[in-house]
Amino acid sequence: MSAFEVRRKDVDSVSVIYLEGYLDAHTAPDFEQALQTLVDEDRIRIVVNLAHLTYISSAGLGVFMGFIEDIRNKGGDIKLAELTEKVYRVFDLLGFPVLYEILDTETDAIAKYEEG
Amino acid sequence: MGAQLTEYKLHIPSRAENLELIRNFVSGVARKVGFNTEDINKIELALDEACTNVIEHAYRDSEGDIDIAIKVDYQKFTLVVTDKGRSFPFKELEMPDMKQYIAELRVGGLGIYLMKTLMDEVEYHSQPGVKNEVQMVKYLLQKDTKQGAAANPAEKK
Repeated sequence: MSAFEVRRKDVDSVSVIYLEGYLDAHTAPDFEQALQTLVDEDRIRIVVNLAHLTYISSAGLGVFMGFIEDIRNKGGDIKLAELTEKVYRVFDLLGFPVLYEILDTETDAIAKYEEG
Repeated sequence: MGAQLTEYKLHIPSRAENLELIRNFVSGVARKVGFNTEDINKIELALDEACTNVIEHAYRDSEGDIDIAIKVDYQKFTLVVTDKGRSFPFKELEMPDMKQYIAELRVGGLGIYLMKTLMDEVEYHSQPGVKNEVQMVKYLLQKDTKQGAAANPAEKK
């Protein structure tokens, strides 16, 4: 049963998290754990690549909400990249584009951190 | 088809791992009825949010059963989610001010907002100690005015 998968790649000081499958109340704890691990390691320049995320509910959105304040207070950020139209629509309904930086590609998102 | 009513039912334990099955159930019926992909996605998410509320709030302390009924007539696609857990302060959460919500970075409570945004009608009835019921409606008639949108294969995932 791998309807949801979280992977991670570190690119210099930036960590990229790849979410695959569906992010709902069942799978949100896995994503939460992945973010918590990054925070614990003090790797807080984060890009979440959503190219292969097929579904998100408020339980998944809540994970982003739960971490962003702490991470920004520490000088880091969570930037989002490569959203499908379906997933973007849900983010948009809740006003997330105002709160999070959403980039077309992972490369663009990583570059944002290099800009300073 | 007239006013004939077709009903589909699912009786399922309140476990988060069952949400995928619940979504597949409702999207299957919605597709059969002829909704386009965009509406199917909305219906699927709205039902997920209602059931997530039941799992995380109504049956917070102990697992129970969720009853899901889909009622379809020529005008309406109605979802009824019933549980026998604790009541939910649904009214108090009526359409939160999203700007304020985002500003305060509040976690949770987003589900109610989504349900009301995604569906045409949302009602909550509670008989404390007996049952709670969320009823959500998506109108079917609109599809006729969207130039065959119901069968639009070009819809992006």
